[in-house]
Amino acid sequence: MNQPASAYFIEDRHDPNETHTLSVLVQNEPGVLARVIGLFSGRGYNIESLTVSETESQKHLSRITIVTTGTPMVIEQIKHQLDRMIPVYRVVDMTLTRRSIERELAMVKVRGQGEHRVEALRLADAFRARVIDATTESFVFEITGNTDKINQFIDLMRPIGLVEVSRTGVAAIGRGPEGM
Amino acid sequence: MTEKSHDPNQMTGAAMIVRALIDHGVTDIFGYPGGAVLPIYDEIFQQSEVQHILVRHEQGAGHAAEGYARSTGKPGVVLVTSGPGATNMVTPLTDALMDSIPLVCITGQVPTHLIGNDAFQECDTVGITRPCTKHNWLVRDVNDLAKVLHEAFYVATSGRPGPVLVDVPKDVQFATGTYHPPRKSDVHVSYAPRVKGDATQIRKAVALLANAKRPVIYSGGGVINSGPEASKLLRELVEVTGFPITSTLMGLGAYPASGKNWLGMLGMHGTYEANMTMHDCDVMLCVGARFDDRITGRVDAFSPGSKKIHIDIDPSSINKNIRVDIPIIGDCGNILGDILQVFKAEARKPDIKQWWQQIAQWRARNSLFYKKNNDIILPQHAIQRLFELTRGKDTYITTEVGQHQMWAAQFFGFEEPHRWMTSGGLGTMGYGLPAAVGVQVAHPDSLVIDIAGDASVQMTIQEMSTAVQYELPIKIFILNNQYMGMVRQWQQLLHGNRLSHSYSEALPDFVKLAEAYGCVGIQALKPADLDGAIKEMIAVKRPVIFDCRVAALENCFPMIPSGKAHNEMLLPEQANDEATATAFAGGKALV
Repeated sequence: MNQPASAYFIEDRHDPNETHTLSVLVQNEPGVLARVIGLFSGRGYNIESLTVSETESQKHLSRITIVTTGTPMVIEQIKHQLDRMIPVYRVVDMTLTRRSIERELAMVKVRGQGEHRVEALRLADAFRARVIDATTESFVFEITGNTDKINQFIDLMRPIGLVEVSRTGVAAIGRGPEGM
Repeated sequence: MTEKSHDPNQMTGAAMIVRALIDHGVTDIFGYPGGAVLPIYDEIFQQSEVQHILVRHEQGAGHAAEGYARSTGKPGVVLVTSGPGATNMVTPLTDALMDSIPLVCITGQVPTHLIGNDAFQECDTVGITRPCTKHNWLVRDVNDLAKVLHEAFYVATSGRPGPVLVDVPKDVQFATGTYHPPRKSDVHVSYAPRVKGDATQIRKAVALLANAKRPVIYSGGGVINSGPEASKLLRELVEVTGFPITSTLMGLGAYPASGKNWLGMLGMHGTYEANMTMHDCDVMLCVGARFDDRITGRVDAFSPGSKKIHIDIDPSSINKNIRVDIPIIGDCGNILGDILQVFKAEARKPDIKQWWQQIAQWRARNSLFYKKNNDIILPQHAIQRLFELTRGKDTYITTEVGQHQMWAAQFFGFEEPHRWMTSGGLGTMGYGLPAAVGVQVAHPDSLVIDIAGDASVQMTIQEMSTAVQYELPIKIFILNNQYMGMVRQWQQLLHGNRLSHSYSEALPDFVKLAEAYGCVGIQALKPADLDGAIKEMIAVKRPVIFDCRVAALENCFPMIPSGKAHNEMLLPEQANDEATATAFAGGKALV
């Protein structure tokens, strides 16, 4: 390893990256999202997707779903770093439990005429996407599914006349009767 | 109005703050007034239970509170105003976060209706300090204030200690609300630090320790933070097992430097024997340390053949830098107690005579060697004399950051915990002088010495004025080599001897400076003057600035060079003078 002149030890890490979905239950108080995001930016972690909403308003609980990538050591760090924040109740690695369902919703705007419109509707039907807005030259489709399915749908719409996409990010929940 | 006076818990926000301080046993706070905290200062004026120490710069208040906290085990409390008052606290808050020092910082804020308006002396204090506090709060309702203040004290002092900040807008300070004394429900239910270690893990750890052939104990600042009991248990564990022990910079004093199992500090400027023992050990017990990059050297070559046990109260310290085999989450005092109990019941002292023989060979390399000099004071010698002449006295040492800090760690022997205050994680130049102020406030009759460098000390020198005002007889022992020594050392070793901006061209006359502040200036130029001057410094019952003129070119060894492992240390005899000397071809004379 070629070591440049530095007061720090610079090392190459070659562990492969993994993608994990984390569910984080937090106290819904001012600044809590900033804390979580600040942790990721401050420590150089990745956010692939982030979904936040209050889930139990009586108890002021919000659920944050984060899709992140990193080496196994980094993923472990992220979970510990999240868990030690004062307003964080629980961190569950949905990927490790292998028993989770992940869903995302996207609204996809497509513009086109003639054959393209027919093709768009045919594909939407195959993906069980719904038409939620239509003009003589456009559709807005609503599609729900896991990230891969939505990516696939968007890729198919591109040659037909994709205008824009709005996505919610991933929400995840565990299978079976137990809560997190 | 008359109704209000019947309920003693009805009071203004400002009064609540002072009341909460009293309820948490705070006797001294450090601060600086300003527009947004005037109501609190008005309350402080009208009481006598909490003494307020007026600093000269908010950063000084922060470091003083750190010194106070580190030397007492109690939280340090800071009170500063909004805007610049708060931003000046960023350095001490970050410093305290890195070194796990409990601080409670109360900042004033502009009135709530002006927040977000770019008002005079407004800044987003909770936004700015979010990454440099363990937690922080903006209090918008006076009726939340008591709960937040109590929670702040709890969060700062429990689990892994750290700094917290409570931002209180001026209208909340004026508003009247209901105060309540501290109670359990004041704390977030989501915050529950773990204290007790897992019994199965402890058993596994003991089994490993009992069968070790080449063990080492590597302890850190967590042992100090856990309280004096943890240090006692650590000493007992060393006694019962007969294991060698080394420590990080932050952990010095937990095990006495005079103890027979002591290897000295480890890491970049640690001793050869400590680093070699770490490298070659088969079982490592890490207690309250975090495998920091100054400790590990090259991580892929760090202690390659050992099983590692890691005791830490913070789960995020586990497997952060180094993979360990047996993590135990909890308070190190608590866990050390459990380990001792199991060890005594089920194990015998392992026979590690051969290991000790090996260690003796490493020790014989005498890695802290330096050539004595009769003409010039060597910095190592100065610290050794300071140590010898203060031996047996009730002494507290603080430091700034740089070569002098490393020499202090190498040559000043600490016998007890809480006696050594240094900025380890953040490496804050300018920490030591205000920290000494804080230590002296907590221990008015003790001998408090800041071992300083000529560059560092100038970063917060204004706090000499605080020391004079409060008659705090701190001693600022400056190893004056006219360089930012550690910067220069790195430039010599790594940047082709190009000494870019590391020479102090226009140093003040420290003796005159001392006199200007109204304290005592002492200078030592020659080795022969040293003892007398140090004795004079100790005898003076006033603040002292001691200008100890030391060899300008001396460098700090031994050293793990960049990108190297523990067993590739550069020892003093290998660090040749020629390379060093050519750097000074410009003719800057010694001393």
